[in-house]
Amino acid sequence: MALLSSLLAGLVFGLGLIVSGMANPAKVLGFLDLAGHWDPSLALVMGGAVAVGFFAFLVAKKRSRSLLGAEMKLPGAGPVDRRLVAGSVLFGMGWGLAGFCPGPALVGLGMGEPKAAMFVIAMLAGMALFELIDKRRGRR
Amino acid sequence: MHINWNAFTPWPALAGGLLIGVAAAMFALLNGRIAGISGILGGLLRPARGDVAWRAAFIAGLAAAPLAYAVFSALPAVQIDAGDGTLVIAGLLVGIGTRYGSGCTSGHGVCGLSRLSLRSLTATAAFMGAGFAVVFVVRHLFTL
Repeated sequence: MALLSSLLAGLVFGLGLIVSGMANPAKVLGFLDLAGHWDPSLALVMGGAVAVGFFAFLVAKKRSRSLLGAEMKLPGAGPVDRRLVAGSVLFGMGWGLAGFCPGPALVGLGMGEPKAAMFVIAMLAGMALFELIDKRRGRR
Repeated sequence: MHINWNAFTPWPALAGGLLIGVAAAMFALLNGRIAGISGILGGLLRPARGDVAWRAAFIAGLAAAPLAYAVFSALPAVQIDAGDGTLVIAGLLVGIGTRYGSGCTSGHGVCGLSRLSLRSLTATAAFMGAGFAVVFVVRHLFTL
């Protein structure tokens, strides 16, 4: 059951990305280009998603088990540290270069776009590099 | 600031955003988890028992979305202007950055802001700021 809902959540998420236009890097870059001919669409995508998410998490936070009986794994309030900010800045730089963040890149892969596939491979390499560095640091 | 009214698509953006919100809601309420795509994908690179299948299922659903969409309607065209070198550098930055920053547009942006998390608000401001800055540099300072 949990696997099925996982699959469905991914599917609905991907459909949302396609419907909203956010699966298209050119449209994302249109939002990030404040000084050019700005396309505010992404702000409405976020607004729509947060409007639903806000109420969902209000309910989810109060539960000790999920509706399917799973343990709740929602993050607590962690520190705002250098790791968080530096990582996010690196991510934002990559996002601004290609217009891809992880979700749309995986949807693009599903569309059979060779450029999306190339981005996903590089992204996985970046994630693997993080695992290597992080593991090495953890041993010290 | 010039708003490009021809490119602006408020209704599809809002509808798609609501769908994304529904997906995040489903995942939080049914699975008790954050629909953060970089975390779900990145976790596959440190596989632990009982921690692989749900991640793979979510990613499979995401990648299958174009197939499902195409059943009902023609897929909208996507335009990827970045060259191969740029795509590789961008991919590496997104991969390493999202893991260090513990999240991306979905985990911090959608879910974190929904949870009113200060950490996620900070992260979202950081990656959006960096995105704005890079696009400004690439498009308006050094037109590559």
